[in-house]
Amino acid sequence: MERKEWPLWEVFVRSRNGLDHKHCGSVHAPDAKLALQVARDVYTRRQEGVSLWVVKAEHIVASDPDAKPELFDPAEDKIYRHPTFYKLPDEVNHM
Amino acid sequence: MTEQTQQASPEHVEYVLRMGDNALILGQRVSEWCGHAPVLEEDMALANMALDLIGQARMLLTHAGRLEGRGRDEDGLAFQRNEPHFRNLTLCELPNDDFARTMVRNYLFSAFMVLLWERLLQSRDAELAAIAGKSIKEARYHVRHAGEWVLRLGDGTAESHARTQRALDYLWPYTAEIFADTPADAVAEDARVGPAWSTLEQDWMAMVVPVLEAATLSLPARTPFRSHGKVGRHSEHMGHLLAEMQYMQRVYPGANW
Amino acid sequence: MYTQALDIPQQQPEGNTPPAAENPVYQAEFDAKIDAGGFIEPKDWMPESYRKTLIRQISQHAHSEIVGMLPEGNWITRAPTLKRKAILLAKVQDEGGHGLYLYAAAETLGVSRDELTEALLSGKAKYSSIFNYPTLSWADVGVIGWLVDGAAIMNQIPLCKCSYGPYARAMVRVCKEESFHQRQGYDALLQLMSGTQEQRDMVQDAVNRWWWPSIMMFGPHDKDSVHSGQSARWGIKRISNDDLRQKFVDATVKQAEVLGVTLPDPELKWNEARGHYDFGAIEWDDFWNVVNGHGDCNVDRLAARNKAWNDGAWVREAAMAHAEKHAA
Ligand SMILES: [Fe+2]
Ligand SMILES: [Fe+2]
Repeated sequence: MERKEWPLWEVFVRSRNGLDHKHCGSVHAPDAKLALQVARDVYTRRQEGVSLWVVKAEHIVASDPDAKPELFDPAEDKIYRHPTFYKLPDEVNHM
Repeated sequence: MTEQTQQASPEHVEYVLRMGDNALILGQRVSEWCGHAPVLEEDMALANMALDLIGQARMLLTHAGRLEGRGRDEDGLAFQRNEPHFRNLTLCELPNDDFARTMVRNYLFSAFMVLLWERLLQSRDAELAAIAGKSIKEARYHVRHAGEWVLRLGDGTAESHARTQRALDYLWPYTAEIFADTPADAVAEDARVGPAWSTLEQDWMAMVVPVLEAATLSLPARTPFRSHGKVGRHSEHMGHLLAEMQYMQRVYPGANW
Repeated sequence: MYTQALDIPQQQPEGNTPPAAENPVYQAEFDAKIDAGGFIEPKDWMPESYRKTLIRQISQHAHSEIVGMLPEGNWITRAPTLKRKAILLAKVQDEGGHGLYLYAAAETLGVSRDELTEALLSGKAKYSSIFNYPTLSWADVGVIGWLVDGAAIMNQIPLCKCSYGPYARAMVRVCKEESFHQRQGYDALLQLMSGTQEQRDMVQDAVNRWWWPSIMMFGPHDKDSVHSGQSARWGIKRISNDDLRQKFVDATVKQAEVLGVTLPDPELKWNEARGHYDFGAIEWDDFWNVVNGHGDCNVDRLAARNKAWNDGAWVREAAMAHAEKHAA
């Protein structure tokens, strides 16, 4: 029989309600249901999570690291997007 | 707790002990997989299940020891009794053989335990009800985990189907024992400690048969075969399991670890 | 240390000549990132030698975790109490998890777990030679936790800050989990030492057998080991073999005293001038024999891994076949 490796799944865990799911690692599993099961068995043994997502690794579309300058550097000089850009009088500075 | 340091009826003790022994002996079997599973991910899963079962065994045996009132703790009960005094189902002590037998057994047993724990949530034995509250969540995961595997193995390749059918054929006769009541069942039911296990058979069949069918397995016919682990008449495998499990306590009696 | 011991000349095939395809502009960016203490992530450009070195180191580390399940796993079914059984099972399971995290980190560098597994099973890949010693008594379980996990933690903490993001993150998780491993081992030994004479003898015997292999785990002396300054710069080997070994000895002497065991080295004594403990000469022939496959358990360990993998083949195939049938 032809040997085929189980596909790779990326695992995201919400550590408690109110927080985002965060990438925590990967597992190999033959299908989505088992991927969820093994993600539970591997990554939540110490009460690390209350919710899990698994995504087949091949379905993740990642930005090209070579495009990092054009994607992310243009945000660098938009300093007026940050609250600290605005100097207000002390009396109202908690705004 | 004061209630439980008083001596309970021998049948009540036996009912709890039987559950503790099931968890202990199956936990011992499942733990044998650690480091040897088909894939790393399942190594983790099987160890989790063994840990759940050993945890349940510790609570149940501790409780049984208190009910019994003879000063035996979880380790006294686990390591200092001989085969005839163990009350587990023969089903739990059978060797793992391959992954198919391990998964079919885990499935058949956990399905029963989900039903039993559900009923025990209302036990008059408050400690047993509390143990049920914790354990039912574990059992629900075990049945899900093993059920998914039975589906995949039964309906996977020709080889996996053959192995899974063989496992079911081998294990099925031992499941009759689950529902063959002993005097402890009637007493426990009367005292509202827990249901007579025979009363769970229909629900169990309704739960497992559709899954076995979906796994394309054929249900073996019931035969006159009966196992008797619950009353202390075990298979030949039990002595070997105990020889290994109890070795330290037997060789160094009275030592603390 | 699981990788430290293997940082030896035979295992450095790729040498220091960069492949022709290396790009000087990217190289400069890469170097700048590294020197600023930044992280390299999977899709970032990296020199081929960096990629290869990492694959080798991370996979050796992963293999060590997996093979490392076997010696202690040998005692799960015989643990003397239910509490100890649960602790040991959880501990050995953790090691499996460490292997899994590390394989996943290696996979981000473009190898598959199956390829790495094949390399282990065929005997091509190395793993820490400490796991080729047998566990002969219950005390061995405690001593492994105390000495072997203790040494591992020492080596692994600096790796949490190594330059390769996925490796560093895996190590953060590993170190978090490791924190109970050494303590449970020491705790088991304390219990034995407060027990019967037979139990104390059991501990001393285990310490006698594990002490020298433990300090050999840190690998050859610095003067005999070919470690590129490169690995230090990349932050994947931050402390030298001898420095780590010294740190380990210094920390362990006190723990042995509290325990009441004798470390089997008559030359072990405090050196005021150095501010460290001196210790006796290491029998390197033993070390090399085990590394080269002639230890007590080399053959059995690989056989056990091969058996598990081969026996599981039909399971892995069945699950894939089922998934493909039901994909539509
Ligand atoms: Fe580890
Ligand atoms: Fe560890």
